[in-house]
Amino acid sequence: MMQGLLNWIDARFPLTKVWNEHLAEYYAPKNFNFWYFFGSLALLVLVIQIVSGIFLTMHYKPDETMAYLSVEYIMRDVPGGWFIRYMHSTGASAFFIVIYLHMFRGLIYGSYKGPRELVWLIGMAIYLALMAEAFMGYLLPWGNMSYWGAQVIINLFNTVPVIGADLSTWIRGDYVIADATLNRLFALHVAALPLVLVGLVFVHIVALHVVGSNNPDGVEIKKLKDENGIPLDGIPFHPYYTVKDIVGVGVFLLAFFAIIFFAPEMGGYFLEHANFEPANALKTPEHIAPVWYFTPFYTVLRAVTITPFAGTLAMFGAIVLLFLLPWIDRNPIKSWRYRNKAHTINILLFAVCFLVLGYLGVKPVIPVLKELGTRMTEIYFLFFVVLWIHSKPGKANYFMWFIILAAVVFGIDWVRYNPEATDDAVQIAWQWVFPIGYLALTLLLPKVLKSFNAEKIVPERVTS
Amino acid sequence: MRKQVIAFAATLLLPMSLMASGGGAHLEPANIDVHDHKSLQNGAKYFVNYCMGCHGVKASRYNRLATDMGLPVVPAKTGKSGKEADMIADANAKLVTENLIFTTDEDGKPSSLGSLMLSSIPEKDAARWFGAPPPDLSVVSRLRGSDWIYNYLKGFYLDSERPTGVNNTVFPNVGMPHVLWELQGWQAHDEHGLKLVSAGKMSPEEYDVVVRDITNFLTYVGEPAQLVRKKYGVFAMILLVVFIGIAYLLKKEFWKDIH
Ligand code: HEC
Ligand code: HEM
Repeated sequence: MMQGLLNWIDARFPLTKVWNEHLAEYYAPKNFNFWYFFGSLALLVLVIQIVSGIFLTMHYKPDETMAYLSVEYIMRDVPGGWFIRYMHSTGASAFFIVIYLHMFRGLIYGSYKGPRELVWLIGMAIYLALMAEAFMGYLLPWGNMSYWGAQVIINLFNTVPVIGADLSTWIRGDYVIADATLNRLFALHVAALPLVLVGLVFVHIVALHVVGSNNPDGVEIKKLKDENGIPLDGIPFHPYYTVKDIVGVGVFLLAFFAIIFFAPEMGGYFLEHANFEPANALKTPEHIAPVWYFTPFYTVLRAVTITPFAGTLAMFGAIVLLFLLPWIDRNPIKSWRYRNKAHTINILLFAVCFLVLGYLGVKPVIPVLKELGTRMTEIYFLFFVVLWIHSKPGKANYFMWFIILAAVVFGIDWVRYNPEATDDAVQIAWQWVFPIGYLALTLLLPKVLKSFNAEKIVPERVTS
Repeated sequence: MRKQVIAFAATLLLPMSLMASGGGAHLEPANIDVHDHKSLQNGAKYFVNYCMGCHGVKASRYNRLATDMGLPVVPAKTGKSGKEADMIADANAKLVTENLIFTTDEDGKPSSLGSLMLSSIPEKDAARWFGAPPPDLSVVSRLRGSDWIYNYLKGFYLDSERPTGVNNTVFPNVGMPHVLWELQGWQAHDEHGLKLVSAGKMSPEEYDVVVRDITNFLTYVGEPAQLVRKKYGVFAMILLVVFIGIAYLLKKEFWKDIH
């Protein structure tokens, strides 16, 4: 009976074929670890967002005068409405946590390298779409932080030379953020971008399944196959990774629901306090901070102050560089397990730098933190140069690069240094230790200590 | 693997705890309990009498409030059945209507039990009178925090420079007059802090209870779901722990033959 139905479908749609190609006969490396849970978790969160989003849309009113109260109406009068809303608001933050970890995995195991460049590029496109989606969603509750946050972001387009003012008016649909803006961002948030996201995720996975997954050893399992053409280190995704991913789903949901039921505001980071006040064009919040997942780039924006447009360019540049990773890092060894220690240090310091940038983005600008933001921004960009240098550890002229990059850092300081602005000058005068220390650890250390420059032999087969 | 997880958790938690520790001015804790029905009823009573002339809590409805503070007005929510349930609901409805509802609808009739808790003055007039319009207080507890409200209501002191004659310790140059002066009396403020200079109808202890109950009421109104949220949470946690256990055993069983 079931077999008959299946045959009937298979004659009309390649159901069994798809099932086999992507699950039952898709061979994944057997050594996936903790870091490999986040792809399937991202899929889960995408589904959570879409489903909870549909229910929210049934009750939400995209209208300047009603939006704010319609959300409170969902929280009170709609049965289970508070649960739906917290799913969605917590889901937004969870999405970014999961995606950042997913991307970090790509970084440490070199998953962006050939033959997976396209998987990475599509992933980055997903990341951009996700940021746009989150930004637009954040305007919808029409709270005061929604309003002023959107103001800051849309004003970025103002900084574009010549066409800036017209461009931002065109985006807003009005001279200020108003009903027209709310309506169009609503349309993009509930229809356009979800479609783009789902489409991109689909091609992300199709592309991945053509080249196959990387793994913590960075070994290409397709190189060694048995007589049936099955990779020696591969196991069928289903059932092995389906049952494993279900454990991951359980642990993720435990944390997810703990937040929803016990701390839905997450101390003001998932739902900001200042957003519990309706949008008010006359009342600028004391300090405008975007939601935590944008703050690293917000700090970059605030750190580059030569001209406003330069700040905007730096911010977008910080993202563009991530797109280019496959061509910046030309080292043939994928996983950090087998590269030199200097590379490991480089990646760890980059992660720390990213966290500090994020932390600074929610803080008000006082001289110490402002300078720290500048220094972390320097390290953020230096990371890509150092990564490029580390591509060829045997041949790299570390000392020369150290001098050149240190000269760049001090050159920028020389331009920035103004003894009359005492507070800032004091900070510049000591915080140079951060970028220079970073350069010393990643470039001088492997120069001086051979053990920090030694690469290991990549094994033929995956380990454990 | 385990080391990796721990290190990872540490890197995540460190900046979070750093973020959480940033604080503002010192606030005395409000020590409220949103599950305390008597306190909520008392707070609601003072709120409709002393505050709703200016402030609405327009996201909230009278009947939902009544049910949540232990005075269900629909028979199904009374926990009883038949005639008895009807009687309890009717009695509660009467009690709530008489003690909480002082506003009228568009036709001049008293607002119904199902109506929103709107304030009675038009916003424009209010803005003219006080310089700032009295904001709707539906979610003020989530904007400011309960402790802030508690300290705010206890923080009014005499200040002849202000048009209202008072200033406030946590909200400098506030536009709101000291509406509870009859109960509290008047306070003066100097470098030692606040001092009662002319007594009101209530002792400081009694006033404290009133302020705490109003704060409790506003905290509840900010998020009615908080009354049930954690209960569901405990249930969800237990369910998920069991789920993880089973899923883990299943995974182990399947992976036995992978080396
Ligand atoms: C005579 C009108 C009036 C009455 C009655 C009144 N308030 Fe106010 N209240 C105001 C005004 C006006 C403001 C705005 C002050 C400002 O922004 O400077 C305000 C502000 C507040 C705020 C701060 C809101 C914010 O976040 O900015 C709280 C909390 C508050 N009132 C609570 C109460 C409570 C509780 C009562 C009843 C005990 C009450 N008010 C009675 C006029 C009033
Ligand atoms: C909606 C968001 C996304 C979803 C649903 C998603 C889904 C997945 C899934 C299911 C996998 C296979 C399982 C795994 O390796 O963990 C995967 C792999 C991968 N993803 Fe994503 N992804 C998303 C976003 C991103 C982003 C933003 C990037 C980076 C820019 C990215 C880069 C990669 C890479 C490089 C791989 C291969 C990793 C490897 O084989 O080591 N993905 N993705």
